[in-house]
Amino acid sequence: MSNHAATAAIDHHHDHTTTTGIPNKKLFMWAFLASDCMFFGALIATHLIYRLHPVPGSQEPQTFFSIELTSFSTFILLMSSLLMALAVNACQKGNVPAVRRMLLGTIFFGCIFLACQVYEFTHFVHLGLTLSSSMLGSTFYVLTGTHGCHVAIGVLWLVMMYVRTYKPHDGAKGSKRWPFSSLLHVLMIVTAIVFTTWTVLDATHAILEHGFTGEAFGAYLGHGLIPLIAAAVTLVGCRLMARSASKENFGEANAIDVESMGLYWHFVDVVWIVIFTVVYLLEYL
Amino acid sequence: MEATAKADLIGQDAPATKAEKRSWLFTRPTAETGIISWLTTVDHKRIGLMYGVCSLFFFLVGGFEALLIRLQLAVPNNTLLSAQAYNEMFTMHATTMIFLAVMPLSAAFFNYMMPLQIGARDVAFPRLNGFAFWVFLVGAIVLNIGWFVKSGAPDAGWFGYAPMTSNQFSDQFAGDMSTDLWIMGLQILGVSSVVGSLNFIVTIINMRAPGLTMMRLPVFTWMTLFTAFLIILSFPAITIALVELMMDRSFGTGFFEVSAGGLPVLWQHLFWIFGHPEVYILILPAMGIISEILPTFARKPLFGYPIVVFSGAVIGFLGFGVWSHHMFTTGMGTVATAAFSLATMAIAVPTGVKIFNWVGTLWGGHLTMRTPMMFALGFIWMFMFGGFSGIMHAAAPADAQQQDSYFVVAHFHYVLIGGSIFALLAGIHFWFPLMFGRKVSEKAGKISFWIIFIGFNVTFFPMHFLGLNGMPRRTFTYDGNMGWNSANLVSTIGALMLGLGIAYYFYVMIHTYFKGEKVKHDLWDARTLEWTVPSYPPPGHNFHVTPTVHARDAFWYEKTHREEIAAEKAEHAKTEEAHGGIHMPSQSWFPLLAAIGLLVGAIFFVNHIYVGAIAGAAIIVLAVYGWAIEGPGGYHLHVGKDGKVTRDDSH
Repeated sequence: MSNHAATAAIDHHHDHTTTTGIPNKKLFMWAFLASDCMFFGALIATHLIYRLHPVPGSQEPQTFFSIELTSFSTFILLMSSLLMALAVNACQKGNVPAVRRMLLGTIFFGCIFLACQVYEFTHFVHLGLTLSSSMLGSTFYVLTGTHGCHVAIGVLWLVMMYVRTYKPHDGAKGSKRWPFSSLLHVLMIVTAIVFTTWTVLDATHAILEHGFTGEAFGAYLGHGLIPLIAAAVTLVGCRLMARSASKENFGEANAIDVESMGLYWHFVDVVWIVIFTVVYLLEYL
Repeated sequence: MEATAKADLIGQDAPATKAEKRSWLFTRPTAETGIISWLTTVDHKRIGLMYGVCSLFFFLVGGFEALLIRLQLAVPNNTLLSAQAYNEMFTMHATTMIFLAVMPLSAAFFNYMMPLQIGARDVAFPRLNGFAFWVFLVGAIVLNIGWFVKSGAPDAGWFGYAPMTSNQFSDQFAGDMSTDLWIMGLQILGVSSVVGSLNFIVTIINMRAPGLTMMRLPVFTWMTLFTAFLIILSFPAITIALVELMMDRSFGTGFFEVSAGGLPVLWQHLFWIFGHPEVYILILPAMGIISEILPTFARKPLFGYPIVVFSGAVIGFLGFGVWSHHMFTTGMGTVATAAFSLATMAIAVPTGVKIFNWVGTLWGGHLTMRTPMMFALGFIWMFMFGGFSGIMHAAAPADAQQQDSYFVVAHFHYVLIGGSIFALLAGIHFWFPLMFGRKVSEKAGKISFWIIFIGFNVTFFPMHFLGLNGMPRRTFTYDGNMGWNSANLVSTIGALMLGLGIAYYFYVMIHTYFKGEKVKHDLWDARTLEWTVPSYPPPGHNFHVTPTVHARDAFWYEKTHREEIAAEKAEHAKTEEAHGGIHMPSQSWFPLLAAIGLLVGAIFFVNHIYVGAIAGAAIIVLAVYGWAIEGPGGYHLHVGKDGKVTRDDSH
């Protein structure tokens, strides 16, 4: 647009083009999060109401919950929020390699959280808690499942943001194929995440069943060869594809986008803290 | 006067200069005329017009459904509609009128007028605005598919009470998806409303012209803001209620299943936590429109502006605390019932305050009885009637008799037709010259007003008595010796008259669009910025120069300080030109594509073909990704001294 914006220092805390000084994207995200609060509020209220009116003899949370596992995953999500904040900070300073590292870290920790959720859900189903087995099943899975969907969407967004940090300038080498190559990169990374999570969970199950023995390794390879190979292939593929054709068109000016992403991610984290307290911890009081 | 000239829907801006050199998929469309210009538009005025046309179409659909209801009830033991057909009629009449007529018609005005009233060139996120409209259309389609398939239209009431909406009680046969269509349709409409409202909130807070402080905002813009907040905070409740219902129907959960330990009354709570703010969503925009029309035609500033604004906020806030007045007869217990009864009485206070302020605006004014003013005065009187029956409902013991009777039907039609519809019809008359450059003939307008006014009262006034005499709602027929015969017949005659009035109103609008008298600038001698645009209809960029605001009723200030304003405008024209000219948003295909993905996914989901639903979701993700990749785009316009507009696509 105007030339002098390119050379002027960016004030990350004041946008002079808006009436209030708050960037439009940030205000939008805050308003959206207010709405999302009400969303989770209704789900948490439903869960609490049914905990206050339990059907006599129906399934009880303490039978299923493992506070150790869930505390671990809660801590992981909290740490992912730290990494997200560091990513925002790095972007505001124009340190693109650090942005990439912090985004990858957030993605990694977010995936650990999701893997723990998947593990927890499959374990509970094994023990007989399903959507239709009791009111607890209904409210628990819908509430934590909705939260898990929010985390998954966040991870997808983080992956897209990570790929975005490699975008070349308009007209530079690689810019014409960028729309398609970026999509390919995103799909490759998401596939790698899915298969890696799958194979790690397989390995975990094998170890839990057989201990740290050769037997476990054998069982693991017997059951889970395909996801293991797929994970290895896609991870290598990601590593090979991760080259820039030319200097990236990403830096301080994009900090608002990373910050909006950060707001969303922190929100998802805060909601989990509330869910962990209300759904898990409160049962032990 | 050109008898056959087609009115310009939007003043033309300059045609595009050179196409961007990018991969073909991400070249922004630049068509300014023809179907593609509408499918890819991001212009808030075009989007407003599309909302308006669609909402008026569905208003006729809902009206047709209402006429069938009234014809069925004209005489006792009638056989025009079967009980099943009748259930579909009252369900769809309400759902259509609320979600496909009144809300989008309000959205039409939010879209068209609000950016003009704040001196902006568009909303904060123009592509998202287009997306909200296309998603609305998808929701409207999904809700109405039932008419064309074996399942039939939704038939469990617009409020879909559990357990009636469960598989057990609502599916007439295996594969009956009428209730699933209702659930999906409302979810999609919820997305549209929330997305649009988020956009409006950011626009009003962040894109005001210089000097436009919040307390100088036109009242219509304030009401847009409050309505937007109500929407984003109340829709999640119904979203979750619908998710839980959908989980019950499709995945075996037990949220509202008594046999699983579920509490059907939870549905009512969640629904009405949304449903009560919803009725304020329906009336606040109308109150905003009236607050613009009365000062203009009383030739006096709005009386008590700060209090009118503040009571709008209070109504919105208290509106979240009265939901169980829809549930007085569900056995909540004395404490809850008394609390909600008191809160409901309290909420009448800010409403009454607004009415006193409107009367204060009229008092001592020079009243110009044009058609918009007639509708506005009709609004005040008819809305008060609705308010009186409303306050009668607030007394829980009295409500025990009135609940589920025609007394309620009378109440809400007085506030919704006498209130919302009258104000929206007034708004159409008031702003028609701005949008189309033509004026509705006073005689035709007034005739349509009187037929509507009389027909409306003949239809709904008798319903107060029918209700107090015990006639229940939602029953397809009644026996001849209940004492309800003559009132029902009179009501039906009124309905036919009301239908005639609406038909004439539509005829007058269409006739005026093609052949109406062309207007000069500022024909109403109005007070707010939307009338300051250089032409009617406005050019794509709205204002040649972004206005600077010095006082409330900014246009009135401009008219009384012409030299000061002229000097200021010349100064600002130079500044904006130095910044590269007028910055405009580029058109885009992706909002439409994303909405199509939603339609595909929804239809597969409702048919329980989950692979197809995932395919629809994939289309949405791809469309949103493309949306992100194409970037904000944008181009510049330059307005020459002769008023000629040139376009510059370079960056």
